[in-house]
Amino acid sequence: MIEAVITLSGIGLLASLGLGLAAKKFAVHRNPMIDKVEQTLPGGNCGACGMAGCTAYAKAVVEEGVPVNACAPGGAETARQIAQIMGVDVSPTESRVAVLLCKGGKGESLSRFEYQGIMDCKAAMIVAGGNKACAYGCLGLGTCEQVCPFDAIHIDRTGLPVIDEEKCTGCGICVQNCPKQVLTLAPQGMRVHVRCHSHDKGGKVKKVCQVGCIGCGACVRVCPYDALSLDDGLSVMDYSRCRQCGLCIDQCPTHNITGLIQGQSKARIDPSVCTGCTRCDAVCPVDAISGQSEKPHAVDDSRCIGCGLCRSVCPVDAVTMLTFR
Amino acid sequence: MSKVWRFQGGVHPYDKKDLSRDKPIEVAGLPPRLIVPLVQHIGARCEPLVSSGELVKKGQKIGEAQGFVSAPVHAPTSGKVTKIDNFPHPLGRFLPAIEIEPDGSDEWTEDIQGREDFLSLSPDDLRAVIREKGIVGMGGAAFPTHVKLSPPQGKTIDTLIINGSECEPYLTADFRLMVEQSDKVIQGMRIMMTILGVETLFIAIEANKPEAIHAMREALGNEPFAKVVPLKVKYPQGAEKQLIKTLVNREVPSSGGLPMDVGVLVQNVGTTASIFDAVRFGIPLVERVVTVTGEGIREPKNLRVRIGTPIGYLIETCGGFLETPGKVILGGPMMGVSQYTTDIPVVKGTSGILVFPATHVHVEDPQSCIRCGTCVRVCPKNLVPSALALFAKRGLLDEAERHYALDCIECGSCAFACPAKIPLVHWLRYLKGEVLAKRARQRERETNKK
Repeated sequence: MIEAVITLSGIGLLASLGLGLAAKKFAVHRNPMIDKVEQTLPGGNCGACGMAGCTAYAKAVVEEGVPVNACAPGGAETARQIAQIMGVDVSPTESRVAVLLCKGGKGESLSRFEYQGIMDCKAAMIVAGGNKACAYGCLGLGTCEQVCPFDAIHIDRTGLPVIDEEKCTGCGICVQNCPKQVLTLAPQGMRVHVRCHSHDKGGKVKKVCQVGCIGCGACVRVCPYDALSLDDGLSVMDYSRCRQCGLCIDQCPTHNITGLIQGQSKARIDPSVCTGCTRCDAVCPVDAISGQSEKPHAVDDSRCIGCGLCRSVCPVDAVTMLTFR
Repeated sequence: MSKVWRFQGGVHPYDKKDLSRDKPIEVAGLPPRLIVPLVQHIGARCEPLVSSGELVKKGQKIGEAQGFVSAPVHAPTSGKVTKIDNFPHPLGRFLPAIEIEPDGSDEWTEDIQGREDFLSLSPDDLRAVIREKGIVGMGGAAFPTHVKLSPPQGKTIDTLIINGSECEPYLTADFRLMVEQSDKVIQGMRIMMTILGVETLFIAIEANKPEAIHAMREALGNEPFAKVVPLKVKYPQGAEKQLIKTLVNREVPSSGGLPMDVGVLVQNVGTTASIFDAVRFGIPLVERVVTVTGEGIREPKNLRVRIGTPIGYLIETCGGFLETPGKVILGGPMMGVSQYTTDIPVVKGTSGILVFPATHVHVEDPQSCIRCGTCVRVCPKNLVPSALALFAKRGLLDEAERHYALDCIECGSCAFACPAKIPLVHWLRYLKGEVLAKRARQRERETNKK
């Protein structure tokens, strides 16, 4: 009996000694910061940061000093948390969403031929650059839908991708994979977009697509904030300047510029008429109007409910109500 | 009779050469307008030497080659340059081209000079002439010939193969050329012999062209300096690397290896004849033989065609469409590219125009792979097309690279043989594009790091 106890205890002691030594000798030193950083990440492994996945990004942040705000899906909150862990300052990043720069679905744009082959935009590009008559147009075979790691893109009946802004994290994978470069990233909350990226001349655009940008410049002339400019026959939006007044939407002869909700009214203040009396600001029930006294006021479309109270109080008739098609 | 080996794989499509094999080469007429693309070869595109409104003479250089791997283009007739713009190109995209409105006189430019004693020229002079006259490979790939004839230091070429196999079904352009102008081919060979100093020469012809084999043997005379080798009829017998394996039993190394690496040079018969024309008569590459054929053409023909002739004009020359066309293909049925407009011009690499009536075109939806292994058996490059297609579908580019995706020659045997009708060549082309794009991204990243 006593021999057995001694033997077993001896074996136990020896084994624990061995294990203890091995644990010391073969210990893997992993920076605990990496685990902490990784816990703050969304875990989607989308690769938008340029690394293989979330763990790789966490490691790169801690060990290689990669910027802490590279995680697009995580956005500002994740960046702030990582910055706290790493003890660095981070400038706030704006969260972005993918936007389709084409409106030419099956009904609106012509195709040159019937495409037979692999149903993938990149594969279709091999065959004469895709079957769309417009060299810039969306092929609608759904490469973006397939690559989206967050299930935010679906091709609709007209053959164009629809982006679910709730799900889109702005990782940009679809933008990288689109062979026509018809997708772009725009700041979240932006509603007004020029939905075309054809640099063709107006006549050529008209021939192949009913809703393309013909580069007439009407939107550029009407924009009070210089957010739109003509670049080689195409109206291009500078999102940092756009205040979403929506004046351009009505001007576009091909109804290419979209924004806001169809059928909804929004108040518009003409900055050249507005005297800055602040009466509209005072009367607005949803606090959608802002501006300094004696300076032109502006309407925040995301708040405006189209009630029209501001128009009724405006002494100089600077307010108009626009209804969007 | 010299010994021949065999290459792995291959398929046996019905060759259908009967439609046009007995039609002697006719000279096609002058179309109302010619579109001469500035990109007709592999390599840098040409810069136009003329401007809109300018008058040009036949044979005048109108596009200058940019860099070593490039070839100039010449005016195929005399007339007026009406436009320099982007036109539809056989590659499918819109690419820059020069539009010429012929004046009808077809007058040659003055500086066309031939020479009788051309074999006494030095190899460098001969190469310069071939480069200046815009000669490129006329088998289809259109690689500039002078580059092929200039092996870099340390590489010697000991064998020259003249490729008259024409293994693509339907096409008979090379066949007619060998039958009717065998002398030109032989003389062209002599020129290349002088340049490279090779002693082993083969003329490879598939055994289904006995007239061509006979004509070439006749032309070589009693003391032949080259061997005419009849080859087993099998597609893709005429593919460069397969031809080398068959004739000299050497394997071109995979992953970017060239025939040069095993001391062999392969030239198409059409190219060989053009080399002779260029050196002996000073005629630049402004014409080529094109087979216009297929069940959808009223009267299939072999035509001598000016480069830049729109294919619609040639189809009219051959009596037009027999019934509603289903597919118009530039090249042969195995590797040719389907076109969506007949405004496409003939370029230096165009060997045939193939028209199938709509009733002959069956499009079947691809089924699931049944793992029968047929594609593996027929692949002449010993690849596994079914697995590569799967890698393409899943985006497994590293895996695809390890399985030699880039070695695919896009011959179409796998897609031809696949019982499930999977568009394997399309997948492989897509895959190759993706792998190359990935490599470019990697390179970019590495240079950014530095």
